[in-house]
Amino acid sequence: MDQITPKTTKEFKIVGTRPLRPDGIDKVTGKAMYGADLYAPNMLYGCLLRINEPHAFIESIDTSNAEQLSGVKSIVTFKDFIKINPDNKNNQILENCIANEKVLYDGHAVAAVAAVDLSTAKKALKLVKIKYKKLPFVITIEDAMKIGAPVVAIGKKNENIPDGYSDNVIQYCSFGHGNLEEGFKAAHKVIKRTFKTPSVHQGYIEPHACLASMSNDGKADLWCCTQGHFNVRSICSSIFKMDNSQLKVTASEIGGGFGGKTTVFIEPIALALSQKSGHPVKMVMSREDVFKATGPTVSSLVDVEVGMKKTGKITAARAIIRYEGGAFPNETYELGAQSAFAAYDLDAVKTEAFNVLTNRPTQAAYRAPGAPQSIYAVESVIDELCQFFNQDPLYVRILNAAKKGTKSSYGPTFDDIGLKATLEAAKNHPHYTSPLKENQGRGISCGFWFNFGGNTCVSLNINFDGTVGVVEGNPDIGGSRSSISQMAAEELGISLDKVKTVIADTNSLGHNDVTDGSRVTFSVGLATIKAAKAAKKELCKRASKLWGIDEDAVIWKDGYAHPAGANAGNQEPLSLEDIAKVSSQTGGPIAGHYEVNADGAGVSFGVHLVDIETDMETGHSKIIRYTVFQDAGKAIHPSYVEGQMQGGSVQGIGWALNEEYIYSSDGKLQNPGFLDYRIPVASDLPMIDPVILEIPNPGHPYGVRGVGETSIVPPLAAINNAVSRATGIRFTELPLSPPRVLKAILNKQ
Amino acid sequence: MKKLHVNVSVNNNDLEFLCNPEDTLLDVLRNDLNLTGTKEGCSTGDCGACSVILDKKLVCSCLVLAAEVDGSDIDTIEGMAEENKLHVLQEKFLEHAALQCGICTPGILIAAKSLLEKNQNPTEKEVRYWLAGNLCRCTGYDKIIRAVLDAAREMRKDYGPNYS
Repeated sequence: MDQITPKTTKEFKIVGTRPLRPDGIDKVTGKAMYGADLYAPNMLYGCLLRINEPHAFIESIDTSNAEQLSGVKSIVTFKDFIKINPDNKNNQILENCIANEKVLYDGHAVAAVAAVDLSTAKKALKLVKIKYKKLPFVITIEDAMKIGAPVVAIGKKNENIPDGYSDNVIQYCSFGHGNLEEGFKAAHKVIKRTFKTPSVHQGYIEPHACLASMSNDGKADLWCCTQGHFNVRSICSSIFKMDNSQLKVTASEIGGGFGGKTTVFIEPIALALSQKSGHPVKMVMSREDVFKATGPTVSSLVDVEVGMKKTGKITAARAIIRYEGGAFPNETYELGAQSAFAAYDLDAVKTEAFNVLTNRPTQAAYRAPGAPQSIYAVESVIDELCQFFNQDPLYVRILNAAKKGTKSSYGPTFDDIGLKATLEAAKNHPHYTSPLKENQGRGISCGFWFNFGGNTCVSLNINFDGTVGVVEGNPDIGGSRSSISQMAAEELGISLDKVKTVIADTNSLGHNDVTDGSRVTFSVGLATIKAAKAAKKELCKRASKLWGIDEDAVIWKDGYAHPAGANAGNQEPLSLEDIAKVSSQTGGPIAGHYEVNADGAGVSFGVHLVDIETDMETGHSKIIRYTVFQDAGKAIHPSYVEGQMQGGSVQGIGWALNEEYIYSSDGKLQNPGFLDYRIPVASDLPMIDPVILEIPNPGHPYGVRGVGETSIVPPLAAINNAVSRATGIRFTELPLSPPRVLKAILNKQ
Repeated sequence: MKKLHVNVSVNNNDLEFLCNPEDTLLDVLRNDLNLTGTKEGCSTGDCGACSVILDKKLVCSCLVLAAEVDGSDIDTIEGMAEENKLHVLQEKFLEHAALQCGICTPGILIAAKSLLEKNQNPTEKEVRYWLAGNLCRCTGYDKIIRAVLDAAREMRKDYGPNYS
């Protein structure tokens, strides 16, 4: 667990250490309350009726028999939402939660029941009579794009779509610069390949769960596991035409999300069932429902063409990206196009991307959404070119690496970035030169993610006893309470045990964007530091009052107010606690706060090195060694930074080797469970060695860059390249599961 | 249908409950006995989040019918710490940052405890295979494995070489 720090800009006392997380004891003793752990008096259980058809027109829904069943308290269909608010007719998020006129994918919900217990609710679902007409459907990108394909949703096609595609191709974008034709002409070799990746699921272990309670006067309380309770409030209050202030959303502890809990699936349904019945309603998804009806990632079909000189210099690069994200439009296709060539400094580059509708569950964000698929294709072609010219793959990446001042392939010019340092660290690491045995291959890939900032709001309260409460609004998904507390203590110059960070409900703090885009340690950290600075200013003012000197004759240093300047006097420094204890005599309680729509998140790069051994008789590939190099800007709590690097890597390993949504010819999902959709288990893996680099982000007072997402990007190509080198066969489709690899080995023989 | 009456000892407390024939042990622990530390991740025995120790045997409580446990001893995560003293495994999980979201943690702690009761000196490979039935999606398992190995070391030190 190395930590490489090329340059330090600031000395820290608490930032960069590894304290125990403040919510840890609750989480190792079973006390922590997750989505499904809350119960309310007089509570009902809600559940959803789902139709197992990929595409169907709903002719009628008859709930009369179900309503007669003793214990059933409310039944809701899409029509109820139109009664609540006619604008709901065009609400895509709601239509994904519960079907309007059509079932759009296998497992789309059509009706919901709330009853006194779960078994009664399930019995009632069986009494709901649905009449529907099956419609032709499309599952794959290739089929969906063809003229004449069954159309998933009419009228969604944008005007800029080139000719020759069906109405399922709804959006198109392109990025790039330079003269491609000249660039490809200057190359000594041009390689063009087509790559495929399957849909994979975020696979959080906690299924979606919520408890909703709406009273007769229209006020409501909602408890749910979410990455962003303010976003849940925005979505639900618009569905119910409520004022934001009337819907209080409290985020439970969250059992994983990875992007999949950035929207809603059951929350509006539970609210509607509660409104209709007058009872609190709890809903918990089954694992099968999570796989069938919550967002997996997009599946992809990507063409990549790269031209290279024999020196390893890239002369031109081009990608055509097609992403399928289910039955509703998504933004992921654009992120895929923007990130494809972000790691390279290129004179001629173009990426084009198509957004395609299919009869599959609506995609949701999954860690660096859109980047793994396109970068997988790019990094695989670059590796093949390195092999062709017998060039060192890290040397070639260093030669072409984006750096400060590079005009990126998607437009912006980069500021300080850590890519080159990360590549150099990989090149100098013992892993890179360690010997390989027979049937083993070493793979490399770069990874990239934009990182987001966004709306953020923090209050920092100085209690009368000198302790500090930080109030923030982003659910703690992997240790952020700790890093936020560390930054507050660092800035105030007090010990960490004096600080407690809590996550406020939506009525207790201003709006905070979702815990996504690797934004929390960056944005909430930034706001916490600024809130602490505001509190320090007030602390100095109070000290000046106590001393009877000018406010600007007091400075804050190492947790104490000091008199400063020639005429300030020789007063004994006052601690935060000293000032807090008498604050009611100097003007009342002391607090700092800060609100921002944060900019300057700073892009993130990573490099992964992997050694694979492929069993030539079974096609099974085993990870022998895995090392992750990533620029964290500044690692506030290095253990949790390592955790992000390791966890993202293993999700990427699962994507590369095992995971995929499998559909039968009738358009139904065949593996909606953890037995058949196999995520990596402990015995599949070696230790994952993280190497943290710290190239400070100029946009954050302590240099922090988001670290959460980049790590899922490189494993796909790194493993593809390793298996390709181990077997001597170039692979272009994931996952590299034993049957696929064995088939290729047998074909070669 | 008539409810069934069951006597059981949970974390050394004698308890009784009434259940439906189809209720699982997990349902009863969570919904009737207020022991929500045991988590539900799949209900099909694939994820291990609901792991408990039933008469010294590690089981997925979602695969056990509540009516079957009459007369049994059950250990859940709520009984792992003794009064205010954390179990060594719990301490080591915190020290090694072996949890991120924490939803799989109760099940993994219970499974690891059951391993260390059988094998005081497991190899990394043995820990990895023992925990292969407990899914964690956040950590990539690295820090979990280190925490379990470190706890085993600590427990051997605490109880001496003849600890069993």
